[in-house]
Amino acid sequence: MSTRMRVAATVNGESAEFLCEPRQSLLEVLREVLYLTGTKEGCNDGNCGACSVIVDGTLVNSCCMLGVEADGRSVETVEGLAQDGKLHALQQCYLEETGMQCGFCTPGFLMSSKVLLDTNPDPTDAQIRHWLSGNLCRCTGYDKIIRAVKRAARMLEKSK
Amino acid sequence: MNKPETLKKLRVVGTTPVRPDGQEKVMGRAVYGDDFRLPGMLHGRVLRSPHAHAVIKSIDTRRAEKLAGVRAIITGKDFPKPSVALVPMGEGGYFDMNDFADNVIAKGKAFYHGHAIAAVAADSPHIAEEAIALIDVKYEVLKPVMNVRQAMAKGATVLHKEFNPGAFFMKTERVLPNASRLELKNGDAAKGLKEADVVVEREYTTETVHQGYIESHICTAQWDSNGLITIWCTTQGAFAIRDQVSIILAVPMSKVKVIPLEIGGGFGGKDTAYIEPLATMLARKADKPVKIVMSRAESLLSTGPSSGTYMKVKMGAKKDGMLSGGDLHFAFEAGAFPGGPIAAACLTSITRYNLPNVRIEGFDVMVNKPKIKPYRAPGATQSHFAVETVIDELAEKTGMDPVDFRLKNVTKQGDRLILGFPCPPIGSVELLTAVKNHPHYNAPLKGAHRGRGMAMGFWFGAGLTSSAELSVNGDGTVQLCTGSCDLSGTRLTLSMQCAEALGIDIDDVVPSIGDTHSVGYTFQSVGSRTTFATGIAVYETAQKILKQMAERAALIWQAAPDDVVFGEGIFTHKNDPSKRFGFKELAAKLDHSGGPISAQSTVTPHGVGFQVAAHLVDVEVDVETGKVEILRYTTFQDAGKAVHPDFVAGQMQGGAVQGIGWALNEEYWYNEQGQLVNTSLLDYRMPTALDMPMIEAVIIETGNPGHPYGVRGVGEVPIVPPPAAIANAIYRAIGVRPDALPMTPAKILKLLQQRRGSAAA
Repeated sequence: MSTRMRVAATVNGESAEFLCEPRQSLLEVLREVLYLTGTKEGCNDGNCGACSVIVDGTLVNSCCMLGVEADGRSVETVEGLAQDGKLHALQQCYLEETGMQCGFCTPGFLMSSKVLLDTNPDPTDAQIRHWLSGNLCRCTGYDKIIRAVKRAARMLEKSK
Repeated sequence: MNKPETLKKLRVVGTTPVRPDGQEKVMGRAVYGDDFRLPGMLHGRVLRSPHAHAVIKSIDTRRAEKLAGVRAIITGKDFPKPSVALVPMGEGGYFDMNDFADNVIAKGKAFYHGHAIAAVAADSPHIAEEAIALIDVKYEVLKPVMNVRQAMAKGATVLHKEFNPGAFFMKTERVLPNASRLELKNGDAAKGLKEADVVVEREYTTETVHQGYIESHICTAQWDSNGLITIWCTTQGAFAIRDQVSIILAVPMSKVKVIPLEIGGGFGGKDTAYIEPLATMLARKADKPVKIVMSRAESLLSTGPSSGTYMKVKMGAKKDGMLSGGDLHFAFEAGAFPGGPIAAACLTSITRYNLPNVRIEGFDVMVNKPKIKPYRAPGATQSHFAVETVIDELAEKTGMDPVDFRLKNVTKQGDRLILGFPCPPIGSVELLTAVKNHPHYNAPLKGAHRGRGMAMGFWFGAGLTSSAELSVNGDGTVQLCTGSCDLSGTRLTLSMQCAEALGIDIDDVVPSIGDTHSVGYTFQSVGSRTTFATGIAVYETAQKILKQMAERAALIWQAAPDDVVFGEGIFTHKNDPSKRFGFKELAAKLDHSGGPISAQSTVTPHGVGFQVAAHLVDVEVDVETGKVEILRYTTFQDAGKAVHPDFVAGQMQGGAVQGIGWALNEEYWYNEQGQLVNTSLLDYRMPTALDMPMIEAVIIETGNPGHPYGVRGVGEVPIVPPPAAIANAIYRAIGVRPDALPMTPAKILKLLQQRRGSAAA
């Protein structure tokens, strides 16, 4: 049996202290320890992007990072996207452009799209497709996801 | 059935509101399979066979039992004999429940790599994982059979000494130790082929593919002290899981309550009980609730897939482009147990065309692979790959445009189908005309190694049973409960039909999905049936509500119920138009005119509208590497009436992309021992955003008279045309016709080498 370790991180802007086993992934910690179940497990080996979260501004497959590695870092998950009860532009556009069907891959796509727009506020179609190629969606064929990201980019640009 | 209302102006149907479950989903709050938990819950893991074919000599669980935190271990011996042997399993066929039970956990013999052998419940998933590694199993390894031609060959290893042949849609007859057969005939195939001016005969193979839903199979089961089993799971059909669990565990159906959670994709692969009976047995043995989460590897190893095939198609046409005859042979993998999609493959292979003289032979072939399960238009994608490329070649050889050739031959309303009945209204002519008139079809395609191809697709869709319940509140809002699990937004498309029928706003309808103890029987969300068949259940229930409300208006007005008419959302006294109530106004008076009202309907509609689609694709082939690039893609489809056009377009685009993955990348790789080697999404390569262009969706609407708003199913047919359309485009790009899926760079390079070889000779 492994000994649990104390980890102090920032999760969605709030400090979070928790105990976790060294073998637990960040994904498992988010879901099973912090009960933030918006982050999904699709493959558990870094190939589907459903578990995408942002760690210190960098997009990460949380299944491939250990929970203990979050110590001292800032983690953003889908639960932190909406602010003051208002959806993030990406959430609104995925909804309105029907950029999801089953919705299971959506949290991962949202986090991935957020890092894209944070670093490149006006991406081309090709840049969006390249950036999102680490996230698998089996329902939509991606078309409406690309449209959602493009519209969110315009919305965010306008709101500046 | 009420008369179609497609000609009337529709208020809600045909608009694009935002789905009611969407906000919770984009906020990460919706509860999918693994997001559900119970206090004191244990975690289960399944030990799976490392061998494709093996006799289980012994299972020793003693070492695993001693591991701290292990609470229960089960093997095949813990399971009873199924309570029912043969049951109808959707769309016309019968399945042997002993096979279902044996697929859930092996009893004496493992039939595929990944077949469940034992299961453990422990305090944490990690302990459960450690425990399954401590179970000692002795196997006698047998030679596996891994494809249809091996399995049908003389002297092939036999999987089952006895088996009950079966396939959905039709019965098959046992003809070989590993295979059963069906045959369909119309006219005289030999005569039709003899009369042809041009005959094309080709052989094809396709590989095993997986549905690839991003959420794996997940369930939590509880067995309470009253003997009531409750299962929370991610499924396309709560009643399907209920029925299977009840039969496999030999308990009454009423003692199994299945509560469907949100589902992260299904595509036909999530209406089978795999882990649910295991979790339930573990829960009974441990006397605590048990959750099982399948890993991605387990999902690829043990669930899904769709058949690999061998196909031989011979078709002939007259000089004028009229098809005259065909002889078609399809051999489809059934997986480790009988009952693959062979009948659907055969029945859909040529139904869109009038073929006066035809013979179709189909084989359902057992191989040492997981039991084949439906995948979006099951069987049709493979059989269309063969038939639509032969059609393309016939068009070429008769010197005709491929769309004109098809227009000449497509089935129209009233034509006799090979199924023996006249064709219902079908939109093939409108569809193909739309292709011809589309800018994509008429745009020049310049550049080396580029080509344009098209293919048509056909699928039946399903009716079957659905239930809906409506309750009207005093403020005029309504609750709508149906038994249809929502895979893609059907809560909304059903609510829209409800709002349309009741003459109220979409925001006044709050939909929910009932569990097996709170809503009437509803067949699973498969067969493109939810918006169609459950839509009819909703419509019928709304009519009952309107009737009851009219009676209340009559009571208030002291009139006869027949004096009250309803239209455009208003109840009116037909002899005194000054007497009128809006829906909300009347709803407010229900409490004091006899109490609140509700209504329920269970329907089994028969007016299923055939689905037809056509896909048009431009490709570029890299002749150095063999890679095929999709340059432009347009899908055309007859939706009957698109309830939510954006959702319909989404089905068309998503289905097309799954079909493109099937066409170009996706396949199961087995080694010599029959072990699956690509058990991750890195190696089982599904299309990414980077692989795809934008996909234009052109929706045609030729109303289905079998539905009050003209709806046809739309979900399945979009996966059907892509492999053939792409193969036809590749032919125009490089001059050789692919005959095997997936059309990987290696295969394309080989075709190019063959072309160079034959050019040199």
